[in-house]
Amino acid sequence: MNLSKAKFWGYKRENGRIGVRNHVIILPVDDLANAACEAVANNIKGTMAIPHPYGRLQFGADLDLHFRTLIGTGSNPNVAAVVVIGIEGEWTKKVVDGIAKTGKPVCGFGIEQHGDHDTIMRASKAAKEYMQWASELRREERPLKDLWVSTKCGESDTTSGCGANPTVGNAFDKMYPHKTTLVFGETTEITGGEHLVAARCRTPKVRKEFMAMFDRYQEIIERHKTSDLSDSQPTKGNIEGGLTTIEEKALGNIQKIGRKCMVDGVIDKGEVPSGPGLWFMDSSSAAAEMVTLCAASGFVVHLFPTGQGNVIGNPILPVIKLSANPRTVRTMSEHIDVDVSGLLRREMTESQAGDALLDCMFRTCNGRLTSAEALGHREFVLTRLYESA
Amino acid sequence: MIHFVVHDEHDSVGVVVVEGVKSGQKLNGWIMDQDKQIKVSAQSNIPIGHKLAIKKLKANDTVIKYGTDIGRTIASIKVGEHAHVHNIKTKRW
Repeated sequence: MNLSKAKFWGYKRENGRIGVRNHVIILPVDDLANAACEAVANNIKGTMAIPHPYGRLQFGADLDLHFRTLIGTGSNPNVAAVVVIGIEGEWTKKVVDGIAKTGKPVCGFGIEQHGDHDTIMRASKAAKEYMQWASELRREERPLKDLWVSTKCGESDTTSGCGANPTVGNAFDKMYPHKTTLVFGETTEITGGEHLVAARCRTPKVRKEFMAMFDRYQEIIERHKTSDLSDSQPTKGNIEGGLTTIEEKALGNIQKIGRKCMVDGVIDKGEVPSGPGLWFMDSSSAAAEMVTLCAASGFVVHLFPTGQGNVIGNPILPVIKLSANPRTVRTMSEHIDVDVSGLLRREMTESQAGDALLDCMFRTCNGRLTSAEALGHREFVLTRLYESA
Repeated sequence: MIHFVVHDEHDSVGVVVVEGVKSGQKLNGWIMDQDKQIKVSAQSNIPIGHKLAIKKLKANDTVIKYGTDIGRTIASIKVGEHAHVHNIKTKRW
């Protein structure tokens, strides 16, 4: 597929970023605001609440990450407007102010001294205005350089490394020269292939930063592991699928960055890349945590290869699933957007598989719902760094 | 028909990509990076996605896949035999 003139239809936001969805979200600052957010989303059709279990008594770097993830989610260009609700006003205002930097419509409501009823009434009025305003926004044609694409695999098996992950790699190799912004991560899931990623880093500085992130995560594993990690990484599902060691899983995982892309920089969890190219995000390998962080970093479409059949979605980030495992494609077809099992029968080349994925990606960007969106998968999982106070 | 695939010709294992492989079955393999074909007789029933040895391995040998070290054997493995957590272990954790 020649991508030099490739275009997609997106929503141009106030800060110039381009989204491929047009959500109005009702965002809780904390667990206590979930009920009010869900009530508002129930009142105002077309809006979406994004409940989660955290936001109280967090502190330090863990609290910073909480705010960065919420503000990043609200700031994502797939979101047209945001109503924020928290138990009290100050932290609510902090989230509102962070999102407001994008220029998009956002307002916040604290529940204390009002109660749920009054908060829900006022927040619903704001949400109705936003929803009707957003419903009149129109897509415009945009070049590929305006697209931000993330990847992370899940419930991998050996077919992931042979088929689905190299398919993502092929798509990344094809998009990379066109100044697309790309990201991968899953720090522990590079164990055994870290030398291969290090060799792909653009500069010695990037390599040093990548290895510092890798070594830091290894130190956490060493500190907390029991006998070994063999029940968790690889997962029971990975092992059922034929993956034996973390090294084997990692070598399959890094097929997703293709054969040519260079790693242009590294970012911490939920940080926003400062330019186009391929970025490494220091992150957990747990699917929903990583995909939630990709959304918080501003990525607007996600490529998710699976072997055994991970069913994940995200509230605001369309998650495109592909699989090369013929059994998964047969038994879990409702979850799979792109079937690349032909790769393993030599009925399809890697380049043809990459094109099939890119074709699905453009259709998704132009408005086609992914399987995960149609099935209502909205996993929103905040990464925690340590215990609350 | 392709029954298993191998990433690189120096690999010691391949991946079964069809369902229902039985012990004794003659298997066709495809080495993807060099685009070559090989034949192996299965020595175990091997589920889809699981590996078979395509080279004879002794205990404590390094197992190569993707042309790279993926761990060590904890038992000897015959050509065509199922290669998984019962006879291979990580060198890392």
